[in-house]
Amino acid sequence: MTLTHIGSVRPAADLSRRNFLRASAIASGGLLLSLSLPFASRESKAQSSDSFEPNAFIRIGVDGQIVLTMPYVEMGQGTYTSIPMLIAEELEVDLKQVRLEHAPPNEQLYMNPLLGVQATGNSNAIRGAWQPLRKAGATARTMLIAAAAKRWNVDPSSCRAQNGEVHHQASGRSLGYGALTADASRMPVPENVTMKKPADFKLIGTPAKRLDTPAKINGTAVYGIDARPPGVKIATLAQSPVFGGRVKRLDDAAAKAVNGVRHIVRLDDAVAVVADHMGAAKKGLAALKIEWDDGPHARLATADIVRELERATTTPGAVAQNVGDADKAMAGAATKVEATYQVPFLAHATMEPMNCTVHVRQDGCEIWVGSQALARAQTAAAKVLGLPPEKVVVHNHLIGGGFGRRLDVDGVTRAVEIARQVDAPVKVVWTREEDIQHDLYRPYWFDRISVGLDKTGKPVAWNNRFAGSSVIARWLPPGFNKGLDPDTTEGAIDLAYGIPNFHVEYVRVEPPGIPTAFWRSVGPSHNVFVTESVIDELAAAAKQDPVEYRRALLGKSPRAKAVLDLAAAKAGWGQPLPKGSGRGVSLQFVFGSYLAQVAEVEVAKDGRVRVRRVVCAMDCGTVVNPDTVQAQLQSGTNFGVTAALYGEITLKDGRVEQTNFDTYQMLRLNEAPVIEVHIVQSSEPPGGMGETGTSGTVPAISNAIFAATGKRLRKMPVDPTLLKQT
Amino acid sequence: MAFQLTINGDRHSIDVDGDTPFLWVLRDVLGMTGTKFGCGMALCGACTVHINGEAVRSCITSIDSIGDSKVTTIEAIGKTPAGQKIQEAWLDRDVPQCGYCQSGQIMSASALLASKSNPTDADIDDAMSGNICRCGTYVRIREAIKQAAQSGG
Repeated sequence: MTLTHIGSVRPAADLSRRNFLRASAIASGGLLLSLSLPFASRESKAQSSDSFEPNAFIRIGVDGQIVLTMPYVEMGQGTYTSIPMLIAEELEVDLKQVRLEHAPPNEQLYMNPLLGVQATGNSNAIRGAWQPLRKAGATARTMLIAAAAKRWNVDPSSCRAQNGEVHHQASGRSLGYGALTADASRMPVPENVTMKKPADFKLIGTPAKRLDTPAKINGTAVYGIDARPPGVKIATLAQSPVFGGRVKRLDDAAAKAVNGVRHIVRLDDAVAVVADHMGAAKKGLAALKIEWDDGPHARLATADIVRELERATTTPGAVAQNVGDADKAMAGAATKVEATYQVPFLAHATMEPMNCTVHVRQDGCEIWVGSQALARAQTAAAKVLGLPPEKVVVHNHLIGGGFGRRLDVDGVTRAVEIARQVDAPVKVVWTREEDIQHDLYRPYWFDRISVGLDKTGKPVAWNNRFAGSSVIARWLPPGFNKGLDPDTTEGAIDLAYGIPNFHVEYVRVEPPGIPTAFWRSVGPSHNVFVTESVIDELAAAAKQDPVEYRRALLGKSPRAKAVLDLAAAKAGWGQPLPKGSGRGVSLQFVFGSYLAQVAEVEVAKDGRVRVRRVVCAMDCGTVVNPDTVQAQLQSGTNFGVTAALYGEITLKDGRVEQTNFDTYQMLRLNEAPVIEVHIVQSSEPPGGMGETGTSGTVPAISNAIFAATGKRLRKMPVDPTLLKQT
Repeated sequence: MAFQLTINGDRHSIDVDGDTPFLWVLRDVLGMTGTKFGCGMALCGACTVHINGEAVRSCITSIDSIGDSKVTTIEAIGKTPAGQKIQEAWLDRDVPQCGYCQSGQIMSASALLASKSNPTDADIDDAMSGNICRCGTYVRIREAIKQAAQSGG
C-alpha cells in the first residue's frame, strides 16, 4: 500500500486491457464486466503481471438492468448519483437503468485508487473512478454493438447505441442490451475503445437528481444507528473522561435496578449499560457510580500542548518544499512580515452519533455500521475477537455524516468489546456527550511564518515552519516518509502563487492525551487558513487591494486567476459596504480543484460576527453533476463558517471541556449566509470538491473581518472579545 | 405501567417507565427509526415529531406527558397537506445530503407551513433555527420551504 496519490491528482496511468478489465457470462445469461482499478493491481506486491483482481463490477442482466458494484460509500456527498452517471454516459443508458450496490469489505479488491485502502475520503471518489469507469462503460458498449453487428451480419461501425439498445440505422433494426448480453459475453474484450468526447456528453455535466433523496425525506433511509437485528439490545457507555484513564471502582447496584437494564459491561477504560431501549440504558448510565484512575494525562491542558507546538516551530523540521533560497532573499528584502498562526482541535460532530451494532456468536460475528472504511471495520472486529476476518460479516449502511470521523473504526472495536460479553445482538450508541468528548480530533497546528517583500510589495521570500500531528502517520504509516506526508502539507506547498524563494518545513509533534484524525478538508483546513491569511497580510503591508495583490502573483496559473476574477466580479468586490462590514477573499488550489471565495461579514459593536454572504467560484475540472458541486460548496462553506465562528475543542484536567451542541456550537439556519456558487466550465479531469468549501471559507471570513475592523485574527476560532469596540 | 398512545393513527400499548423519553419508545420499542437521535437535550431538532400538530422534541418529551394527544412522525407526515408539500419541495430541490437530520427538518418545516401558509424569512428563521444540519443544507431548506408555500393547494 502506498499513499503517493493522496492529495494530488494523477491520471489513471496504465489502463491496458490485461490488468484493467475482463468480461464473462453470468449463469443467468447476462454480461459481467470485472474491472481492476489500475493503482490497486499495480501496488499489490504478490501479483504477477498476469494476475487479475477486479475491484468493481458491472453486470448487465438479460432484462437490461445494469448493476454497478463499487467500493465508495454515500455519506451525503452525492457519490451514489455521480458514479453511476459515468457508466450510464458511456453505456448510453438512462441513469435510472443503473443500480448501485455497495461492495462488501475486502481491502485487496476494493482499494481506493487514490487512498490505497478501501475507504471513501479525501474528495477522491470521482477523481479515482473518472477514467476507469468511463472506459469500462465504453468497453461494454463496444462489445454490445459488436454482438449486435455479428448477429445482423453488418459492420459494427454502422450500428450505434442509444437508450439501452443497439440500432442499425440502414435496416431500422434494433436490439435491447438484455438480448445481447449472452453474445457479448463471448466476444473478445476490445483492446482499444473510444470514449465519448465531452461535447457528446448527455449526462455528465447536467444536473442529475440524487438517487438517495426519496428515502431520506420519508424516514425509510436506514443508517447504521437504525439497524435492528432481531432481539437487539441497546447499550450506551461512559468512557474514561481522560484519554488513557481506567476504571478504578464501579458501583452498579443502582444501575442494575433500573427497569429495562439487562447487563452492565465493565471494560478496562469504559463501562456500558445494556438495556431494552436507550431510555433505560441512559438512565442506568446516570445511576452508575464510577471512580476513574485518570492516568498520565490527568492534568493535561490545551496550553501544555500549544507550548510544545510553539517550541517545535523553533527547531528544524522536514523540508516539505524548497524553491530558490528563501533565507538569502529574506536578507535582501525591503520589508518583512512575521507572524504565528494557530488552529484548534476540532470535533466532527456528525449528526448521527457514533454507533455500531454487533452480534458475537460462537462461530463468528456480524456487524451493522455506517463506515467510510469497511475493510478496516472488519479487521478491527476480527482483531478483538481473535477471528479470521472472513468470520466477520459487515453490513454497511448510509452514513449520517462522515467528515472523516468514520474513516476510523475505534467505535467498531469498542462495540465488539462490549457485545462479546452479551449473548444477543447489541447496538452500542454513543450519547452526544460521549461522541464529542471521545472523538478523534482535527489536530491543533501552530505555524511560524515570515515573508520578505521587495520594494514593490511583491513576496520574494517565504519561510513557513509548522508543527502538529500527522494523521497519516497513524492511519496509514507507509504514507508518512522522511518526516512528511502529503495530507499534512497540502495547501501549504505547491501554491498557485509564483513566489521565487519558498521554503516550508513541517515538524511532527503528536499531542499527548488526545487522538487526532482526518476532518473535512484535512490538511488544507489548516494550511489554506494560514496561507491565505498571510497573503492578505502581505497585501495590507504593501498597501494593495487583496484581489489585485493575489492576481499579480498568478501569472503561471490561469485557472486560479479565472476563479479569482469570477468570484470578485460576482461578489461586487470593491463596491462600498456599510461601516462595520467587510469583504474578504481566499484562493486555493487543493484536491485538484481551484476555488476562490469572497465572504461578506458584519461585525457588531460587541464583537459578534455575522457572515452575510459567501460567493464561490469553482474550477473543479469536468463537472459530473453540477447540482452536487453546488450542494457540496454550500455544505463545505457552512462547515467552514461553523469552524471559523465556533469550532474549538479544549482540554482541562485532561478532559475535553465541550459536551453537546450548547458548548460545541453548530451554525444554525438563522445565522447561515447566502451562498452563491459559480462554476467555471472546464474539460480538465475532475478535481475533488467535497472539502474545498471548508478550507477556503475560514480565511475568507478572517480576511473580511480584517477589512471590516482592521484587526487581524491569527488564531481560530474568531474571538469576539478581540473585536469589541471600546 | 402500559401507556396507550395514538401514533400516525395507530393505537399502541407500551410498557415502559413513565419518564422514558418518547424518542426511545419510537425508535427502540416500536422500531420507528425515521425519527432520529442527535443530542438528547432538545438542542438539535433531529428527533422532532408532531404532537397535536405542534413540532415537539421527542428526546425530552416523556411518554407519560402524551396522553390522548395525536402523534405524527416522519413516517406519516406525507399524509398531511403541509407535509406532502414540504416533501415534494425537498425532493425537487434535492435538499438532503447525509440526510440524517432531514426527518427533523421536514417535521419542523411541515409544522411551520401548516400554521403559516406563506412564511416570511423571519418566520422560517424562528421555526427552523432549532434544527441543526451539519451538512449545512440551510440554503436549500429555506428555498424549499418557500417553494412549498408557493405550490398552492
